[in-house]
Amino acid sequence: MATICAPMPTPEQAGNDHDAPAISVVDLHKSFADQKVLDGISLSVCRGQTLAVLGRSGTGKSVLLRIVIGLQKPDSGAVRIHGQDIAGLDIDRLGAVRMKMGFSFQHSALYDSLTVEQNVMFSLQHHRKDMSKSMQRDRVRELLAEVGMEGHLEKMPSEISGGMQKRVGLARALALKPDILLLDEPTAGLDPIGSAEIDDLILKLQTEHRMASIVVTHDLHSAKTIAGRLALIDKGSVVVEGTFAELQNSDIEFVRQFLGQS
Amino acid sequence: MSERDLNAAREMGAHPGQLAQSMSSALRASLRPIDTFLEWFGDLGMFSWQVVRAAVTPPFEFREMFRQLDEIGSMSLPLVAAAGAAIGAVLSLEARYSLTRFGAKSMLPAAIVYSVIHETGPIITGLIVSGRVGAGIGAELASMKVTEQIDAIEASAVNPYKLLAVTRILACILMLPLLTLAADFCGVLVGWITQTLAEPLSLQQFINSAFKGANLNDFLPPTFKTAVFGLIIGLISCFQGMRTQGGAAGVGRAATSSVVLSSLFVILADVVLVKFILIFFP
Repeated sequence: MATICAPMPTPEQAGNDHDAPAISVVDLHKSFADQKVLDGISLSVCRGQTLAVLGRSGTGKSVLLRIVIGLQKPDSGAVRIHGQDIAGLDIDRLGAVRMKMGFSFQHSALYDSLTVEQNVMFSLQHHRKDMSKSMQRDRVRELLAEVGMEGHLEKMPSEISGGMQKRVGLARALALKPDILLLDEPTAGLDPIGSAEIDDLILKLQTEHRMASIVVTHDLHSAKTIAGRLALIDKGSVVVEGTFAELQNSDIEFVRQFLGQS
Repeated sequence: MSERDLNAAREMGAHPGQLAQSMSSALRASLRPIDTFLEWFGDLGMFSWQVVRAAVTPPFEFREMFRQLDEIGSMSLPLVAAAGAAIGAVLSLEARYSLTRFGAKSMLPAAIVYSVIHETGPIITGLIVSGRVGAGIGAELASMKVTEQIDAIEASAVNPYKLLAVTRILACILMLPLLTLAADFCGVLVGWITQTLAEPLSLQQFINSAFKGANLNDFLPPTFKTAVFGLIIGLISCFQGMRTQGGAAGVGRAATSSVVLSSLFVILADVVLVKFILIFFP
Protein backbone atom coordinates (compact mmCIF):
# COMPACT_ATOMS: atom_id res chain seq x y z
CA MET A 1 0.00 0.00 0.00
CA ALA A 2 1.67 3.20 -1.15
CA THR A 3 0.42 6.24 0.67
CA ILE A 4 1.85 9.66 -0.04
CA CYS A 5 1.50 11.93 2.95
CA ALA A 6 0.98 15.65 2.52
CA PRO A 7 4.00 17.76 3.49
CA MET A 8 3.76 19.16 6.99
CA PRO A 9 3.64 22.93 7.03
CA THR A 10 5.14 23.51 10.48
CA PRO A 11 8.81 24.49 10.65
CA GLU A 12 9.72 22.07 13.46
CA GLN A 13 8.95 19.17 11.15
CA ALA A 14 11.37 20.36 8.49
CA GLY A 15 13.81 17.63 7.52
CA ASN A 16 11.37 14.76 8.06
CA ASP A 17 10.63 12.39 5.22
CA HIS A 18 7.19 13.83 4.54
CA ASP A 19 6.43 11.55 1.61
CA ALA A 20 6.64 8.41 3.75
CA PRO A 21 3.76 7.59 6.06
CA ALA A 22 4.62 7.75 9.76
CA ILE A 23 3.37 4.16 10.11
CA SER A 24 3.28 1.73 7.25
CA VAL A 25 2.22 -1.89 7.64
CA VAL A 26 2.71 -4.06 4.56
CA ASP A 27 1.24 -7.54 4.04
CA LEU A 28 1.53 -8.59 7.66
CA HIS A 29 1.01 -12.25 8.55
CA LYS A 30 0.98 -13.72 12.05
CA SER A 31 -0.13 -17.10 13.36
CA PHE A 32 -0.13 -18.67 16.80
CA ALA A 33 0.24 -22.45 16.46
CA ASP A 34 -2.42 -23.37 13.88
CA GLN A 35 -4.45 -20.22 14.38
CA LYS A 36 -3.98 -17.54 11.73
CA VAL A 37 -4.42 -14.15 13.43
CA LEU A 38 -3.23 -11.67 10.79
CA ASP A 39 -3.54 -12.64 7.16
CA GLY A 40 -1.95 -10.05 4.89
CA ILE A 41 -2.87 -6.78 6.59
CA SER A 42 -1.65 -3.55 4.97
CA LEU A 43 -2.28 -0.13 6.50
CA SER A 44 -0.64 3.26 6.60
CA VAL A 45 -1.07 6.36 8.70
CA CYS A 46 0.41 9.81 8.09
CA ARG A 47 1.29 12.45 10.66
CA GLY A 48 -1.81 14.19 12.00
CA GLN A 49 -4.05 11.28 10.99
CA THR A 50 -5.90 8.87 13.25
CA LEU A 51 -6.85 5.41 12.08
CA ALA A 52 -9.27 3.37 14.14
CA VAL A 53 -8.88 -0.38 13.75
CA LEU A 54 -12.19 -2.07 14.46
CA GLY A 55 -13.25 -5.66 14.62
CA ARG A 56 -14.72 -8.35 16.79
CA SER A 57 -12.87 -9.53 19.87
CA GLY A 58 -10.02 -11.92 19.08
CA THR A 59 -9.49 -10.78 15.50
CA GLY A 60 -5.89 -9.76 16.06
CA LYS A 61 -6.29 -5.99 16.57
CA SER A 62 -4.07 -5.87 19.65
CA VAL A 63 -1.55 -8.22 18.02
CA LEU A 64 -1.33 -5.77 15.11
CA LEU A 65 -0.56 -2.92 17.51
CA ARG A 66 2.04 -4.98 19.39
CA ILE A 67 3.74 -5.84 16.10
CA VAL A 68 3.79 -2.15 15.09
CA ILE A 69 5.73 -1.25 18.26
CA GLY A 70 7.90 -4.37 18.00
CA LEU A 71 6.65 -6.24 21.06
CA GLN A 72 5.83 -9.18 18.80
CA LYS A 73 7.44 -10.28 15.58
CA PRO A 74 5.36 -10.97 12.46
CA ASP A 75 5.73 -14.24 10.54
CA SER A 76 6.10 -12.18 7.35
CA GLY A 77 5.46 -8.68 6.11
CA ALA A 78 6.97 -5.34 7.06
CA VAL A 79 6.37 -2.55 9.54
CA ARG A 80 7.97 0.78 8.64
CA ILE A 81 8.17 3.66 11.06
CA HIS A 82 8.96 6.91 9.21
CA GLY A 83 10.14 4.71 6.34
CA GLN A 84 12.46 2.59 8.49
CA ASP A 85 11.75 -1.15 8.51
CA ILE A 86 11.83 -2.30 12.14
CA ALA A 87 12.19 -6.01 11.31
CA GLY A 88 15.57 -7.32 12.36
CA LEU A 89 16.42 -4.33 14.56
CA ASP A 90 18.01 -5.38 17.85
CA ILE A 91 16.46 -4.24 21.12
CA ASP A 92 18.67 -1.15 21.40
CA ARG A 93 18.08 0.11 17.84
CA LEU A 94 14.40 -0.69 18.22
CA GLY A 95 14.52 1.40 21.40
CA ALA A 96 15.65 4.41 19.37
CA VAL A 97 12.60 3.97 17.10
CA ARG A 98 10.30 3.45 20.08
CA MET A 99 11.34 6.79 21.55
CA LYS A 100 9.25 8.39 18.80
CA MET A 101 6.26 6.25 19.76
CA GLY A 102 3.83 6.27 22.67
CA PHE A 103 1.85 3.17 23.58
CA SER A 104 -1.20 3.06 25.80
CA PHE A 105 -2.03 -0.48 26.92
CA GLN A 106 -5.52 -1.94 27.14
CA HIS A 107 -5.15 -2.59 30.87
CA SER A 108 -2.96 0.48 31.38
CA ALA A 109 0.03 -1.64 32.51
CA LEU A 110 1.13 0.98 35.03
CA TYR A 111 4.16 0.04 37.14
CA ASP A 112 2.40 -1.06 40.30
CA SER A 113 5.33 -0.35 42.64
CA LEU A 114 5.63 3.28 41.46
CA THR A 115 3.39 6.26 42.18
CA VAL A 116 1.42 8.00 39.44
CA GLU A 117 4.14 10.67 39.22
CA GLN A 118 6.95 8.09 39.04
CA ASN A 119 5.07 6.17 36.34
CA VAL A 120 4.95 9.20 34.07
CA MET A 121 8.51 10.20 34.97
CA PHE A 122 9.90 6.74 34.10
CA SER A 123 10.73 7.46 30.45
CA LEU A 124 12.07 10.92 31.24
CA GLN A 125 14.43 9.49 33.88
CA HIS A 126 15.80 7.01 31.38
CA HIS A 127 15.95 9.09 28.21
CA ARG A 128 16.06 12.75 29.18
CA LYS A 129 19.10 12.87 31.39
CA ASP A 130 19.71 16.36 30.03
CA MET A 131 16.66 17.50 32.00
CA SER A 132 17.15 18.33 35.66
CA LYS A 133 15.02 16.58 38.27
CA SER A 134 12.87 19.68 38.72
CA MET A 135 12.39 20.05 34.95
CA GLN A 136 11.33 16.41 34.75
CA ARG A 137 8.92 16.97 37.62
CA ASP A 138 7.47 20.05 35.91
CA ARG A 139 7.00 18.09 32.67
CA VAL A 140 5.22 15.29 34.57
CA ARG A 141 2.92 17.78 36.29
CA GLU A 142 2.18 19.39 32.93
CA LEU A 143 1.31 16.00 31.38
CA LEU A 144 -0.83 14.94 34.31
CA ALA A 145 -2.65 18.29 34.22
CA GLU A 146 -3.26 17.71 30.51
CA VAL A 147 -5.04 14.42 31.28
CA GLY A 148 -6.79 15.81 34.36
CA MET A 149 -4.77 13.86 36.93
CA GLU A 150 -2.76 16.65 38.52
CA GLY A 151 -4.22 16.00 41.98
CA HIS A 152 -3.12 12.37 42.18
CA LEU A 153 0.66 12.54 41.93
CA GLU A 154 1.46 10.56 45.05
CA LYS A 155 -1.18 7.87 44.61
CA MET A 156 -0.32 4.29 43.71
CA PRO A 157 -1.98 2.76 40.63
CA SER A 158 -4.04 0.46 42.88
CA GLU A 159 -5.55 3.52 44.59
CA ILE A 160 -7.08 5.03 41.45
CA SER A 161 -9.98 3.91 39.22
CA GLY A 162 -9.67 2.16 35.84
CA GLY A 163 -10.50 5.39 33.98
CA MET A 164 -7.86 7.28 35.94
CA GLN A 165 -5.33 4.54 35.17
CA LYS A 166 -6.09 4.97 31.46
CA ARG A 167 -5.43 8.71 31.79
CA VAL A 168 -2.12 8.09 33.56
CA GLY A 169 -1.23 5.53 30.87
CA LEU A 170 -1.92 8.18 28.23
CA ALA A 171 0.22 10.74 30.07
CA ARG A 172 3.02 8.17 30.30
CA ALA A 173 2.74 7.46 26.57
CA LEU A 174 3.10 11.19 25.84
CA ALA A 175 6.08 11.78 28.15
CA LEU A 176 8.74 11.75 25.41
CA LYS A 177 6.61 13.88 23.03
CA PRO A 178 6.13 11.05 20.51
CA ASP A 179 4.98 11.67 16.98
CA ILE A 180 3.23 8.31 16.84
CA LEU A 181 0.58 7.25 19.35
CA LEU A 182 -0.77 3.71 19.61
CA LEU A 183 -3.85 3.20 21.74
CA ASP A 184 -5.10 -0.28 22.60
CA GLU A 185 -8.77 -0.23 23.58
CA PRO A 186 -8.63 3.18 25.28
CA THR A 187 -12.27 3.03 26.38
CA ALA A 188 -12.63 -0.68 27.17
CA GLY A 189 -14.21 -1.36 30.53
CA LEU A 190 -15.23 2.26 31.11
CA ASP A 191 -18.73 3.59 31.70
CA PRO A 192 -20.23 5.81 28.93
CA ILE A 193 -19.26 9.03 30.71
CA GLY A 194 -15.71 7.78 31.32
CA SER A 195 -15.47 6.67 27.66
CA ALA A 196 -16.64 10.06 26.42
CA GLU A 197 -14.08 11.79 28.65
CA ILE A 198 -11.26 9.62 27.29
CA ASP A 199 -12.46 10.25 23.70
CA ASP A 200 -12.47 14.02 24.30
CA LEU A 201 -9.02 13.77 25.83
CA ILE A 202 -7.62 11.83 22.85
CA LEU A 203 -9.16 14.33 20.44
CA LYS A 204 -7.65 17.22 22.38
CA LEU A 205 -4.21 15.56 22.45
CA GLN A 206 -4.35 14.83 18.73
CA THR A 207 -5.28 18.41 17.93
CA GLU A 208 -2.47 19.76 20.11
CA HIS A 209 0.29 17.29 19.23
CA ARG A 210 -0.61 16.33 15.62
CA MET A 211 0.55 12.73 16.01
CA ALA A 212 -0.02 9.76 13.72
CA SER A 213 -2.29 7.50 15.74
CA ILE A 214 -3.67 4.02 15.52
CA VAL A 215 -6.54 3.33 17.90
CA VAL A 216 -7.58 -0.27 18.32
CA THR A 217 -11.11 -0.58 19.57
CA HIS A 218 -14.35 -2.45 19.21
CA ASP A 219 -16.27 0.62 20.35
CA LEU A 220 -17.77 2.03 17.15
CA HIS A 221 -18.96 5.24 18.80
CA SER A 222 -15.49 5.95 20.15
CA ALA A 223 -13.89 5.17 16.77
CA LYS A 224 -16.30 7.51 14.99
CA THR A 225 -15.48 10.30 17.46
CA ILE A 226 -11.69 10.14 17.47
CA ALA A 227 -10.66 8.76 14.08
CA GLY A 228 -10.81 10.26 10.60
CA ARG A 229 -10.42 6.83 9.00
CA LEU A 230 -11.61 3.43 10.12
CA ALA A 231 -10.39 -0.02 9.11
CA LEU A 232 -12.58 -3.01 9.83
CA ILE A 233 -10.75 -6.30 10.36
CA ASP A 234 -12.21 -9.77 10.08
CA LYS A 235 -10.42 -13.12 9.96
CA GLY A 236 -7.05 -11.38 9.96
CA SER A 237 -7.69 -9.17 6.92
CA VAL A 238 -8.91 -5.63 6.38
CA VAL A 239 -12.47 -5.98 5.10
CA VAL A 240 -12.94 -2.28 4.43
CA GLU A 241 -11.09 0.96 5.10
CA GLY A 242 -12.39 4.51 4.82
CA THR A 243 -14.32 7.23 6.57
CA PHE A 244 -17.30 6.35 8.73
CA ALA A 245 -19.62 7.50 5.93
CA GLU A 246 -17.85 5.22 3.47
CA LEU A 247 -18.23 2.30 5.86
CA GLN A 248 -21.92 3.10 6.26
CA ASN A 249 -22.36 2.99 2.47
CA SER A 250 -20.54 -0.33 2.15
CA ASP A 251 -22.60 -3.20 0.79
CA ILE A 252 -20.35 -5.86 2.36
CA GLU A 253 -22.53 -8.01 4.57
CA PHE A 254 -20.02 -8.19 7.46
CA VAL A 255 -19.62 -4.39 7.49
CA ARG A 256 -23.36 -3.81 7.55
CA GLN A 257 -23.72 -6.43 10.29
CA PHE A 258 -20.91 -4.87 12.37
CA LEU A 259 -22.27 -1.34 12.05
CA GLY A 260 -25.80 -2.46 12.73
CA GLN A 261 -24.96 -4.48 15.80
CA SER A 262 -22.36 -2.18 17.34
CA MET B 1 2.25 -48.13 20.99
CA SER B 2 3.34 -51.71 21.73
CA GLU B 3 3.29 -54.66 19.29
CA ARG B 4 0.31 -56.09 21.20
CA ASP B 5 -1.61 -52.82 20.77
CA LEU B 6 -0.82 -52.83 17.05
CA ASN B 7 -2.07 -56.38 16.66
CA ALA B 8 -5.20 -55.52 18.61
CA ALA B 9 -5.76 -52.49 16.38
CA ARG B 10 -5.27 -54.66 13.24
CA GLU B 11 -7.76 -57.19 14.55
CA MET B 12 -10.27 -54.40 15.10
CA GLY B 13 -9.94 -53.54 11.42
CA ALA B 14 -7.97 -50.28 11.71
CA HIS B 15 -6.63 -48.89 8.41
CA PRO B 16 -2.80 -48.99 7.98
CA GLY B 17 -2.80 -45.19 7.56
CA GLN B 18 -4.61 -44.79 10.87
CA LEU B 19 -2.11 -47.11 12.52
CA ALA B 20 0.81 -45.07 11.20
CA GLN B 21 -0.85 -41.89 12.40
CA SER B 22 -1.43 -43.37 15.88
CA MET B 23 2.19 -44.54 16.04
CA SER B 24 3.43 -41.13 14.99
CA SER B 25 1.35 -39.32 17.62
CA ALA B 26 2.42 -41.82 20.29
CA LEU B 27 6.05 -41.25 19.34
CA ARG B 28 5.56 -37.49 19.43
CA ALA B 29 3.95 -37.74 22.88
CA SER B 30 6.80 -39.84 24.23
CA LEU B 31 9.41 -37.39 22.86
CA ARG B 32 7.63 -34.29 24.20
CA PRO B 33 9.48 -34.16 27.57
CA ILE B 34 12.84 -34.28 25.77
CA ASP B 35 11.62 -31.61 23.38
CA THR B 36 10.50 -29.39 26.30
CA PHE B 37 13.80 -29.99 28.11
CA LEU B 38 15.89 -28.98 25.08
CA GLU B 39 13.63 -26.02 24.34
CA TRP B 40 14.10 -24.77 27.92
CA PHE B 41 17.90 -24.88 27.58
CA GLY B 42 17.71 -23.19 24.18
CA ASP B 43 15.55 -20.38 25.56
CA LEU B 44 17.86 -20.04 28.58
CA GLY B 45 20.83 -19.73 26.21
CA MET B 46 19.13 -16.97 24.21
CA PHE B 47 18.07 -15.22 27.42
CA SER B 48 21.67 -15.38 28.72
CA TRP B 49 22.95 -13.87 25.48
CA GLN B 50 20.52 -10.95 25.77
CA VAL B 51 21.58 -10.45 29.40
CA VAL B 52 25.31 -10.48 28.54
CA ARG B 53 24.76 -7.98 25.71
CA ALA B 54 22.70 -5.72 27.97
CA ALA B 55 25.31 -5.98 30.75
CA VAL B 56 28.17 -4.69 28.63
CA THR B 57 26.31 -1.93 26.76
CA PRO B 58 25.85 1.49 28.39
CA PRO B 59 23.86 3.13 29.90
CA PHE B 60 23.99 1.18 33.15
CA GLU B 61 21.14 1.08 35.63
CA PHE B 62 23.12 1.95 38.77
CA ARG B 63 20.13 3.16 40.81
CA GLU B 64 18.19 -0.06 40.27
CA MET B 65 21.40 -2.01 40.92
CA PHE B 66 21.85 -0.40 44.37
CA ARG B 67 18.19 -1.08 45.16
CA GLN B 68 18.71 -4.74 44.31
CA LEU B 69 21.94 -4.95 46.33
CA ASP B 70 19.92 -3.77 49.33
CA GLU B 71 16.95 -6.02 48.55
CA ILE B 72 19.05 -9.14 47.96
CA GLY B 73 21.89 -8.47 50.39
CA SER B 74 20.64 -6.57 53.43
CA MET B 75 17.24 -8.21 53.48
CA SER B 76 18.70 -11.73 53.31
CA LEU B 77 21.32 -11.07 55.99
CA PRO B 78 19.24 -11.93 59.10
CA LEU B 79 18.05 -15.25 57.64
CA VAL B 80 21.51 -16.24 56.37
CA ALA B 81 23.13 -15.26 59.69
CA ALA B 82 20.56 -17.27 61.66
CA ALA B 83 21.06 -20.30 59.44
CA GLY B 84 24.85 -19.99 59.75
CA ALA B 85 24.55 -19.78 63.54
CA ALA B 86 22.30 -22.85 63.67
CA ILE B 87 24.72 -24.80 61.51
CA GLY B 88 27.62 -23.79 63.76
CA ALA B 89 25.77 -25.00 66.86
CA VAL B 90 24.69 -28.29 65.27
CA LEU B 91 28.17 -28.99 63.88
CA SER B 92 29.74 -28.27 67.26
CA LEU B 93 27.37 -30.63 69.05
CA GLU B 94 27.63 -33.41 66.47
CA ALA B 95 31.39 -33.14 65.91
CA ARG B 96 32.09 -33.06 69.64
CA TYR B 97 30.23 -36.32 70.12
CA SER B 98 31.94 -38.05 67.17
CA LEU B 99 35.46 -36.75 67.77
CA THR B 100 35.32 -37.61 71.49
CA ARG B 101 34.39 -41.19 70.57
CA PHE B 102 37.44 -41.46 68.31
CA GLY B 103 39.78 -39.65 70.73
CA ALA B 104 40.26 -36.61 68.51
CA LYS B 105 38.57 -33.97 70.67
CA SER B 106 41.47 -31.53 70.14
CA MET B 107 40.51 -31.39 66.44
CA LEU B 108 37.08 -29.96 67.29
CA PRO B 109 37.82 -26.25 66.51
CA ALA B 110 39.40 -27.15 63.16
CA ALA B 111 36.53 -29.52 62.32
CA ILE B 112 33.94 -26.81 62.99
CA VAL B 113 35.78 -24.07 61.10
CA TYR B 114 36.69 -26.23 58.10
CA SER B 115 33.19 -27.68 57.82
CA VAL B 116 31.52 -24.29 58.03
CA ILE B 117 33.87 -22.39 55.73
CA HIS B 118 34.60 -25.13 53.20
CA GLU B 119 31.15 -26.44 52.52
CA THR B 120 28.30 -25.88 54.96
CA GLY B 121 28.38 -22.07 54.98
CA PRO B 122 28.50 -21.66 51.17
CA ILE B 123 25.88 -24.29 50.34
CA ILE B 124 23.48 -23.22 53.09
CA THR B 125 23.79 -19.60 51.95
CA GLY B 126 23.21 -20.67 48.34
CA LEU B 127 20.10 -22.66 49.22
CA ILE B 128 18.66 -20.02 51.54
CA VAL B 129 19.15 -17.27 48.96
CA SER B 130 17.64 -19.59 46.31
CA GLY B 131 14.55 -19.83 48.47
CA ARG B 132 14.19 -16.22 49.57
CA VAL B 133 15.56 -14.31 46.61
CA GLY B 134 14.71 -16.84 43.89
CA ALA B 135 11.05 -16.88 44.88
CA GLY B 136 11.01 -13.09 45.22
CA ILE B 137 12.58 -12.40 41.82
CA GLY B 138 10.54 -15.12 40.08
CA ALA B 139 7.23 -13.88 41.49
CA GLU B 140 7.98 -10.17 41.00
CA LEU B 141 9.05 -10.49 37.38
CA ALA B 142 6.28 -12.97 36.60
CA SER B 143 3.71 -10.60 38.02
CA MET B 144 5.18 -7.77 35.92
CA LYS B 145 5.09 -10.02 32.86
CA VAL B 146 1.45 -11.07 33.17
CA THR B 147 0.29 -7.49 33.83
CA GLU B 148 2.23 -6.27 30.75
CA GLN B 149 4.53 -4.08 32.85
CA ILE B 150 7.59 -5.62 31.17
CA ASP B 151 6.03 -4.82 27.78
CA ALA B 152 5.41 -1.29 29.02
CA ILE B 153 9.09 -0.96 29.96
CA GLU B 154 10.07 -2.17 26.48
CA ALA B 155 7.52 0.13 24.82
CA SER B 156 9.11 3.01 26.77
CA ALA B 157 12.35 2.25 24.87
CA VAL B 158 14.02 0.86 28.00
CA ASN B 159 15.77 -2.51 27.70
CA PRO B 160 14.03 -4.79 30.25
CA TYR B 161 16.99 -7.20 30.26
CA LYS B 162 19.19 -4.34 31.41
CA LEU B 163 16.78 -2.86 33.93
CA LEU B 164 15.33 -6.02 35.42
CA ALA B 165 17.66 -8.95 34.73
CA VAL B 166 21.20 -7.56 34.69
CA THR B 167 20.70 -5.60 37.91
CA ARG B 168 19.29 -8.58 39.80
CA ILE B 169 21.84 -11.07 38.48
CA LEU B 170 24.81 -8.80 39.27
CA ALA B 171 23.39 -8.08 42.73
CA CYS B 172 23.13 -11.85 43.36
CA ILE B 173 26.72 -12.42 42.12
CA LEU B 174 28.11 -9.65 44.35
CA MET B 175 26.04 -10.41 47.41
CA LEU B 176 26.38 -14.19 47.67
CA PRO B 177 30.08 -14.16 48.75
CA LEU B 178 29.36 -11.40 51.30
CA LEU B 179 26.36 -13.26 52.69
CA THR B 180 28.51 -16.41 52.83
CA LEU B 181 31.10 -14.55 54.91
CA ALA B 182 28.30 -13.52 57.27
CA ALA B 183 27.04 -17.10 57.51
CA ASP B 184 30.59 -18.38 58.08
CA PHE B 185 31.23 -15.78 60.78
CA CYS B 186 28.02 -16.62 62.64
CA GLY B 187 28.63 -20.36 62.23
CA VAL B 188 32.16 -20.19 63.66
CA LEU B 189 31.14 -17.83 66.45
CA VAL B 190 28.18 -19.92 67.56
CA GLY B 191 30.27 -23.08 67.08
CA TRP B 192 32.78 -21.67 69.56
CA ILE B 193 30.03 -20.57 71.98
CA THR B 194 28.50 -24.07 71.89
CA GLN B 195 31.92 -25.62 72.40
CA THR B 196 32.83 -23.32 75.25
CA LEU B 197 29.53 -23.95 77.00
CA ALA B 198 30.37 -27.66 77.11
CA GLU B 199 34.04 -27.18 77.87
CA PRO B 200 35.41 -23.65 78.47
CA LEU B 201 37.84 -22.54 75.77
CA SER B 202 38.90 -18.96 75.03
CA LEU B 203 38.14 -17.55 71.56
CA GLN B 204 41.87 -16.98 71.08
CA GLN B 205 42.64 -20.66 71.75
CA PHE B 206 39.74 -21.77 69.58
CA ILE B 207 40.96 -19.65 66.61
CA ASN B 208 44.60 -20.64 67.04
CA SER B 209 43.65 -24.29 67.10
CA ALA B 210 41.22 -23.99 64.19
CA PHE B 211 43.46 -22.08 61.81
CA LYS B 212 46.76 -23.86 62.56
CA GLY B 213 48.37 -24.76 59.24
CA ALA B 214 45.60 -23.19 57.18
CA ASN B 215 46.23 -20.90 54.20
CA LEU B 216 44.12 -18.62 52.01
CA ASN B 217 43.44 -21.42 49.51
CA ASP B 218 41.45 -23.12 52.24
CA PHE B 219 39.06 -20.21 52.59
CA LEU B 220 38.93 -17.98 49.51
CA PRO B 221 37.86 -20.45 46.77
CA PRO B 222 34.94 -21.89 48.78
CA THR B 223 33.73 -18.38 49.55
CA PHE B 224 34.06 -17.05 46.01
CA LYS B 225 32.45 -20.12 44.46
CA THR B 226 29.19 -18.71 45.82
CA ALA B 227 29.43 -15.98 43.16
CA VAL B 228 28.61 -18.81 40.73
CA PHE B 229 25.64 -19.73 42.94
CA GLY B 230 24.59 -16.08 42.70
CA LEU B 231 24.82 -16.20 38.91
CA ILE B 232 22.69 -19.35 38.83
CA ILE B 233 20.05 -18.01 41.24
CA GLY B 234 19.79 -14.63 39.49
CA LEU B 235 19.80 -16.01 35.96
CA ILE B 236 17.28 -18.80 36.51
CA SER B 237 14.90 -16.70 38.62
CA CYS B 238 14.90 -13.83 36.11
CA PHE B 239 14.48 -16.27 33.22
CA GLN B 240 11.58 -18.11 34.85
CA GLY B 241 9.93 -14.83 35.82
CA MET B 242 10.28 -13.11 32.46
CA ARG B 243 8.98 -16.06 30.41
CA THR B 244 5.85 -16.56 32.54
CA GLN B 245 2.48 -17.03 30.92
CA GLY B 246 -0.97 -17.54 32.29
CA GLY B 247 -2.08 -15.13 35.01
CA ALA B 248 -1.96 -15.77 38.76
CA ALA B 249 -1.34 -19.49 38.30
CA GLY B 250 1.61 -18.65 36.05
CA VAL B 251 3.05 -16.34 38.73
CA GLY B 252 2.80 -19.15 41.29
CA ARG B 253 4.45 -21.60 38.91
CA ALA B 254 7.25 -19.12 38.16
CA ALA B 255 7.98 -18.56 41.86
CA THR B 256 8.02 -22.28 42.59
CA SER B 257 10.08 -23.23 39.55
CA SER B 258 12.57 -20.43 40.29
CA VAL B 259 13.24 -21.88 43.74
CA VAL B 260 13.27 -25.51 42.66
CA LEU B 261 15.47 -25.05 39.59
CA SER B 262 17.92 -22.61 41.17
CA SER B 263 18.31 -24.87 44.24
CA LEU B 264 18.84 -27.88 42.00
CA PHE B 265 21.42 -26.10 39.84
CA VAL B 266 23.18 -24.69 42.92
CA ILE B 267 23.62 -28.23 44.27
CA LEU B 268 24.82 -29.54 40.89
CA ALA B 269 27.21 -26.59 40.49
CA ASP B 270 28.54 -27.23 43.98
CA VAL B 271 29.55 -30.76 43.03
CA VAL B 272 31.44 -29.49 39.99
CA LEU B 273 33.00 -26.55 41.84
CA VAL B 274 34.20 -28.69 44.77
CA LYS B 275 36.01 -30.95 42.32
CA PHE B 276 37.39 -27.91 40.49
CA ILE B 277 38.65 -26.36 43.76
CA LEU B 278 40.26 -29.63 44.85
CA ILE B 279 42.13 -29.81 41.53
CA PHE B 280 43.22 -26.17 41.18
CA PHE B 281 43.51 -25.12 44.86
CA PRO B 282 44.75 -28.29 46.58
